[in-house]
Amino acid sequence: MTVVRVDTDHHNLSVTVVADSAVPVERVWELWTDPRQLECWWGPPSFPATFETHNLVPGGEVRYYLLSSDGTKHAGKWRVTAVHPPTRLEFDDIFTDADGAPMTDLPVARVSVRLTERNAGTRMVMRSTFDSLGDLERWLSMGTREGQELAVAQMDRLLRR
Amino acid sequence: MVTDQLTEEQLNELFRALADPTRRDIVRRCALADSSVTLLASAYPMSFAAVQKHVTVLERAGLVTKERRGREQRVRTDADAVGRVQHAIAELEAIWRGRIDRMADVLSREGGAG
Repeated sequence: MTVVRVDTDHHNLSVTVVADSAVPVERVWELWTDPRQLECWWGPPSFPATFETHNLVPGGEVRYYLLSSDGTKHAGKWRVTAVHPPTRLEFDDIFTDADGAPMTDLPVARVSVRLTERNAGTRMVMRSTFDSLGDLERWLSMGTREGQELAVAQMDRLLRR
Repeated sequence: MVTDQLTEEQLNELFRALADPTRRDIVRRCALADSSVTLLASAYPMSFAAVQKHVTVLERAGLVTKERRGREQRVRTDADAVGRVQHAIAELEAIWRGRIDRMADVLSREGGAG
């Protein structure tokens, strides 16, 4: 899978990533629907995700936690707003307390995924958006160690190429 | 502008302020060099009062500062506010690029095309 294009919208506070892969739509869909595969990519290596419940129906929840290097669990969940297998998924990604209850005044990342068949492979369009700059900044700061670790890991990979 | 202390409403105001193309252009001009409202008004096909109104919206949103110097009002862009948006978006982009990379790793583990 390779990134074809990233569109950023500073007014709507969104990032849209277009990525192509040579495998069928159903295979890419599995990346989102199989908790064991989600655990391989949702969080960076230094802040890995464990998916505990995965109920991919409208109104359903997908619960996970990220494990920081000091052993702290950061719980989060997807509130699924739309799902049309194997091509469309929309959810709100929020941080929660340990019991899965959304913490008050917490930022919401709104995510939509569209898969379409393209050149015998798949084009994935993923859009992530926030309601306000405050939300986006708070969300980023909550994953701040994740962000930093991510940056280091990315640099590492680039150097090894 | 002490950005750490901005309220939710002030942040929303920031985005409403940037939603107008004339205001975006004023921010752009005043980031390069500060300007008087009079000079700004000569750059746009609208009345002086209309430009003044745009500047007021931008000032309320914390995007520009307006300072009286003698007979002039000098308008200057607060680069910090604009930079914050760019920085936040860039971070969000980096997070998703990382996720796509790891998706590729999962796919390529299957020994075929990724």
